[in-house]
Amino acid sequence: MAGQTDPHVSLFSPEEVEFMAEDELVEIVPNMNMEPLNFIAGDFGRFIPQIPIQVPLWLAVALKRRGKCTFRPPGWLSVDNLTQVLEAEREPQSKFQALPFSYVEIARLLFDHARDDIPDMYMVRSLVEDIRDVRLHKLENNLGTFLGTSAVKMENVSAMEVNLVRPFARRALEAFYKHDKPEAAADRNTRSSRQPREANDEPRRPLRQR
Amino acid sequence: MASSSDMGSADFESLSSTSDVELLKRAWRNEKAAPEILPYEGDLVERAKGQIELVEENIEAYVENGIDPLVVSLYQMDLDRTQFLLRSYLRVRLLKIEKFMFHSLKSEEAESRLSEQEKVFARRCADDLAKHFEESVLRKLPENYQSVLKQSLISEVDDMVPEPHLDTFVACRSNSHFTLNLYEEGESTQTEEMYRGDLYFIRYKIVKGAIESGKMDLI
Repeated sequence: MAGQTDPHVSLFSPEEVEFMAEDELVEIVPNMNMEPLNFIAGDFGRFIPQIPIQVPLWLAVALKRRGKCTFRPPGWLSVDNLTQVLEAEREPQSKFQALPFSYVEIARLLFDHARDDIPDMYMVRSLVEDIRDVRLHKLENNLGTFLGTSAVKMENVSAMEVNLVRPFARRALEAFYKHDKPEAAADRNTRSSRQPREANDEPRRPLRQR
Repeated sequence: MASSSDMGSADFESLSSTSDVELLKRAWRNEKAAPEILPYEGDLVERAKGQIELVEENIEAYVENGIDPLVVSLYQMDLDRTQFLLRSYLRVRLLKIEKFMFHSLKSEEAESRLSEQEKVFARRCADDLAKHFEESVLRKLPENYQSVLKQSLISEVDDMVPEPHLDTFVACRSNSHFTLNLYEEGESTQTEEMYRGDLYFIRYKIVKGAIESGKMDLI
């Protein structure tokens, strides 16, 4: 698809996108006693058995791995909600549904580390995958309807999705902007000979017809 | 977080969570996504360094005092994450300095964005590269074409200096509600209302000010 994730092209690597998602807060139920943790990133705790508490996802995963807590899956990660979201996403001409900015990464981490804490795990996972696919398809279609040459609003688009379309969107918008500028032609001529085209060595692909 | 219904809690969150890690993450993301070098976050880097050293000492003390290895490993993870952010932030800047070193040294405004160590690095880099070009190529060219910065003697400006491409488009998210002028002065007066959490692809020049003042974040 447009903007395939080539690590040299996309700005943030998948690992970095996941790193950012790991700071999102999730609710866990600890099964041990632990004094408060005074991290550089903030204070968390204290931890008391059976008392739910909000912690960053990375901490939750670390505790879960050692069998020290169970996850409380976030409300949006339920079969009911996801079914609804999927149906709404499938409506023709619909907008993007509201999901957490890092929904793909959060879901992925929970599926990898907390499968026993998610009711109907397999159903939930396939729903998330379907939603992701529908949204990517929609995003690709939406790229054809870009309007305006200065600002394009992207409603409810998630972290991974932004990262994926960024290289394509940037080149397309740059091209639109260049052609829209009144003095574009003259400016371009002087510029191409004078300036070594900024240090950008990405291949320039022509807009593909789809 | 994206829906309008939990806007209130998000607002509250932004008030309470301006920890240095959050600020560092923001600086790192902006630096990675911006086409040019942003002003150096000197105070923030110093504070982060101080906190990292403190935690390193604490962890050593914990190990000596026989604190639960689980707790120690959790502190270590927190430390690793902060260190990653700091290192990555500094490295992204070094990459950009290598890319635009002649440009960064050309004007005072550009140079003021660098830290003292970065200035030293940029100067050494530029000197070495200039020396290399001169020895390997430029000396063998006709006299008019021997400058590192100019194509030939008749060029009025330094036209061989790579500059950041500020007309590029960036993805950004608004932190507050404000009105943004979508064009540069003299072009048009079209404006756009930005609400907290709104996401845009926008020309970098237009949001440059909003990013430096913290109204918007690059993502």
